[in-house]
Amino acid sequence: MVRLQDIRKINDYEWEIPATYREDMRASVRLFVTRRLLEASLEDLSLEQAINAATLPGVVDPVVVMPDMHQGYGFPIGGVAATRVSDGVVSPGAIGYDINCGVRLLASQIPYEQAEPYLDDLATALNRYCPSGVGTEGEYRLSHEELDQVCRLGARWALKRGLASEEDLRRTEEGGCLEDADPTRVSHKAKERGRTQLGTLGAGNHFLEVDLIEQIFDPEAAQAMGLQEGNLALLIHCGSRGFGHQICTDYVQDLQSAVKKYGIRLPDRELVCAPIDSPEGRNYLAAMRAAANYAFCNRQLLAHAARRAFEEVFAGKVRNWHLHQVYDIAHNMGKIETHLVNGKPLKVCVHRKGATRAFGPGFTELPEEYRPLGQPVLVPGSMGTASWVLIGTETSMQRSWGSTCHGAGRVLSRHKAKKEIRGERLRDELERRGIHVRAGSMSGLAEEAPQAYKDVDEVVETVAGAGIARKVARLRPVAVIKG
Amino acid sequence: MNEKSLSGFEEIRHTADWALRVWAPDLSTLFTQAAQGMYRLEGVEIAPTPRVERQISVNGEDAESLLVAFLNELLYLQETERLAFDTFQCVIKDHSLDVKAQGGPINHLNKAIKAVTFHNLSIRTTSQGLETTLTFDV
Repeated sequence: MVRLQDIRKINDYEWEIPATYREDMRASVRLFVTRRLLEASLEDLSLEQAINAATLPGVVDPVVVMPDMHQGYGFPIGGVAATRVSDGVVSPGAIGYDINCGVRLLASQIPYEQAEPYLDDLATALNRYCPSGVGTEGEYRLSHEELDQVCRLGARWALKRGLASEEDLRRTEEGGCLEDADPTRVSHKAKERGRTQLGTLGAGNHFLEVDLIEQIFDPEAAQAMGLQEGNLALLIHCGSRGFGHQICTDYVQDLQSAVKKYGIRLPDRELVCAPIDSPEGRNYLAAMRAAANYAFCNRQLLAHAARRAFEEVFAGKVRNWHLHQVYDIAHNMGKIETHLVNGKPLKVCVHRKGATRAFGPGFTELPEEYRPLGQPVLVPGSMGTASWVLIGTETSMQRSWGSTCHGAGRVLSRHKAKKEIRGERLRDELERRGIHVRAGSMSGLAEEAPQAYKDVDEVVETVAGAGIARKVARLRPVAVIKG
Repeated sequence: MNEKSLSGFEEIRHTADWALRVWAPDLSTLFTQAAQGMYRLEGVEIAPTPRVERQISVNGEDAESLLVAFLNELLYLQETERLAFDTFQCVIKDHSLDVKAQGGPINHLNKAIKAVTFHNLSIRTTSQGLETTLTFDV
């Protein structure tokens, strides 16, 4: 087990486990944490898992972990690993089962004071329009041909049906559509699961959250994003549902034989992988992109449903009830990107699992209005605490593969949370604090209690202190819809 | 020692997901216990009628791969057909598993597991038989 004395301090927010720590490491591990968060992270296996990730063939120094890290399976949540496209591997387990799990933020011109009397109605309407819960089916039952189109078109599929605007797509990572997605690389099982779940929230830690924009830290960036203090905003957190889970399941199983074929030795079978430039690697990436496009489309359809709920509740009661898109971003994804390594451009596959892309200013991939500022980063907190809007920086490009944190990060196991927290009591407590809650299951609510998570403000202060993101706005939840 | 103590399962600590220790005197009982433990974690309740039977066949590199593939197949049937099972007859060969599973429609489910992982998965031989620890993504 890694100990505090094995970890070298670089500065108050940055630490390092050298590549010499274990014989099989091919890269060092860079940690963006305060001493307090570092000590907390030694209580689970997240750092061991980061060290294991540093053994992946073709990994480029360093593997990065964020302050919201926690133990996952194979690869830590809050981890980033870049592998060389030329001779490196792609690992489905280092991207996760919920491919393109991510966050979308929509902002309104509705002042909180005017909205406050209707928030309970709004929670009810959002719960009705946005199906949630275990194995939920939505209003879109797709034929296999339609599902293949969603895989290829992503959120553009919704645009063609009048369920999205050009602005929605422009303000989505990759325009809501990854190229080179190939539905022929997706199993029949995944398609069966995906056909009925489009436009649904699901369960687990996924949620819809109505927020009050409580504090602006960067007026210029906030203005570009249309965020105004005192107004309502809506956060959507979900991913590719059973479709993505099945794709990851299929490839983690299939690649068990690929590691033997390519003679790859791994410390954990969940890190199973294949060379990027191999039939197995290419097939997985094509299927992963199909799942990513499904997730972009899923969040788009949920945004459309949320707009209908806002219209139903606020039409005639406020002057403008429109929800405009701020941004949509993934935090479980593998992307082929070019980064500067030792001063030279290098093409790498950046695995982000529970980490958000946070490109700095000037990147052509960003929408024009955000290009001078950097990429918006959306950080959902735990229920009843806060969520954050950040922006990418030049430092994140230099130090963390253009990445930053993705959320609060768990500290309490689900088992312990369920034992210690009563869902009904938590709901009553949140309601007393003015947070309207709709939840599919009280035990599910208890598992996701704020006490089960790190302090999101501390996580954000850490990435801001390290310079790998800049604070734009703090959001306070006033209604939460959970599956 | 009675049969109950020779085979079983228990939830163990994991920060974000669920983990289950499973033990049994032989591989086929280990697979059955793992399935029952997985359903217990999810809070699955099976309707008494109608009884349903499914034949499950999976292939894998080794016993661990077969176990993961089998449990993932159960999750697939859970999500697509709303079915769960309480009786299993397993026939295990080197690289294949055939299971006759009997059960019924799901009456109630607290929280679904997304996937069964290979995280640090190893079926170990103990003085009592076999043991393994499974990690589930929720």
